Amino acid sequence: MSTQALTIEDAKTGEVTEAVYEHPLIVRLCHWVNAVALFVMVGSGLQIFRAFPSFGAKIPQKDLINWPKSFALGGWLGGALQWHLTFVWIYIGTGLLYLAYQVFSGHYKQVLFMPKDVPGVWPMARHYFLFGPKPPAREAYNPLQKHAYTSVIVLGVLSVATGFAVWKPIQFSWLAWMMGGFHLARLWHFLIMWAMLAFVFGHLVMVVLHGWNNFVSMLTGWKKDPEYVAK
Amino acid sequence: MDSRINSRKFKSISRRELLKLTPVVALGAFAIPKLQEPLLKAGLGFSDWFSAKLFRSGHLATTFADSELTPPDKFPINGYDVADPQVDFDRWNLTVAGGVQKPGNYTLAQVQALPKITQNTRHVCVEGWDVIGRFGGARLSDFLKMIGADLTARFVYVECADDYYESLDMATALHPQTLLCYEMYDAPLTREHGAPLRLQMPTKVGYKQAKYLTDLRVTNVLEKVGYWEDQGYSEFYGL
Repeated sequence: MSTQALTIEDAKTGEVTEAVYEHPLIVRLCHWVNAVALFVMVGSGLQIFRAFPSFGAKIPQKDLINWPKSFALGGWLGGALQWHLTFVWIYIGTGLLYLAYQVFSGHYKQVLFMPKDVPGVWPMARHYFLFGPKPPAREAYNPLQKHAYTSVIVLGVLSVATGFAVWKPIQFSWLAWMMGGFHLARLWHFLIMWAMLAFVFGHLVMVVLHGWNNFVSMLTGWKKDPEYVAK
Repeated sequence: MDSRINSRKFKSISRRELLKLTPVVALGAFAIPKLQEPLLKAGLGFSDWFSAKLFRSGHLATTFADSELTPPDKFPINGYDVADPQVDFDRWNLTVAGGVQKPGNYTLAQVQALPKITQNTRHVCVEGWDVIGRFGGARLSDFLKMIGADLTARFVYVECADDYYESLDMATALHPQTLLCYEMYDAPLTREHGAPLRLQMPTKVGYKQAKYLTDLRVTNVLEKVGYWEDQGYSEFYGL
């Protein structure tokens, strides 16, 4: 994979910085459209959950969680289903487009967590969580980042698979069976949502910590002054 | 590729790349009140179209052992207004109309004369809960053949004693597990469960299982789809 790079010379001071084209347009488009779709899927999903805020059989029906209406989207069950069953296609569409692009462009090498990344996990975790020394950056994503991004792709696929098992437990009876039945499929669908929200939370924290240049790169594609490029 | 440019040029490259993201703004259409309803209707319509494509006529819903049944007294009773619309069983019959060769009034005895099917199947509510019930009745497909229905018509539409109404696509109506149900748990249907005759099919969500049937019409055109569908729920909702 050859990455485009530029050397930028400041028009006034003559100071020189490097910039690397990290995120191709398709990746950026998929990222932002999918982010909106995920937001709608979670909001409407929670409203759907409010109709039967429990798991397992109807009997005895005990509300497990009284989820507040203000943290849900769609207003009522029918409205929420409209949002959910509209945005699911945007969610799946951007997901598939992203995956197809990553595979065919070879861009996946930047993101996919591979066995070679395993040795780098511990030093990075020690740096993030235990104030250890910062391991030198050699590529766009460190091993923990790759692990997080690869995991969330897997979660995305699972969110769709569990969703289909709940939506079409008869036509996709094999999916429901693989998940341990209709009741468990519904529980997995719910838990996967929380796992994805945990990713989103961590992702947003890291975006804030890593600063403006990092955020801008997902808008323009270009990352100024990347730490892994030798000065 | 590494090339040297000045910061002004870089700014214009960045701006151009940012502008390429403008398609994302199109999602904002969902926030415009006038567009929101038609967009969501189109989205749900697409889901329904796709659901109909996924439906396989020969694919049977799972059936369950008697030991897995929800006890009859625990089977939820869902009505949209009254639990008992006071159907007079002695004078009851099913009025058949539309695309059929033999329209008219059919008695319960005529429905019960058809081969009887008993099945333990899952009943799934749109809310997300489910129960496993034991249902007995005649195949709707057998009844449609008896009345000489046009099986190429698109829909079977029913009306109920409590003003509820529903419709089924013909593929689902002809599915072997779709019943004109007159028994639950080997006993005649009780009033709160829709006596004397209701729809029962495991391949559709709960609100399609209309109770207290009074009218049945075979048609290509639906003026109304169903009580809940006309308020915004999925028109197909196959499981």
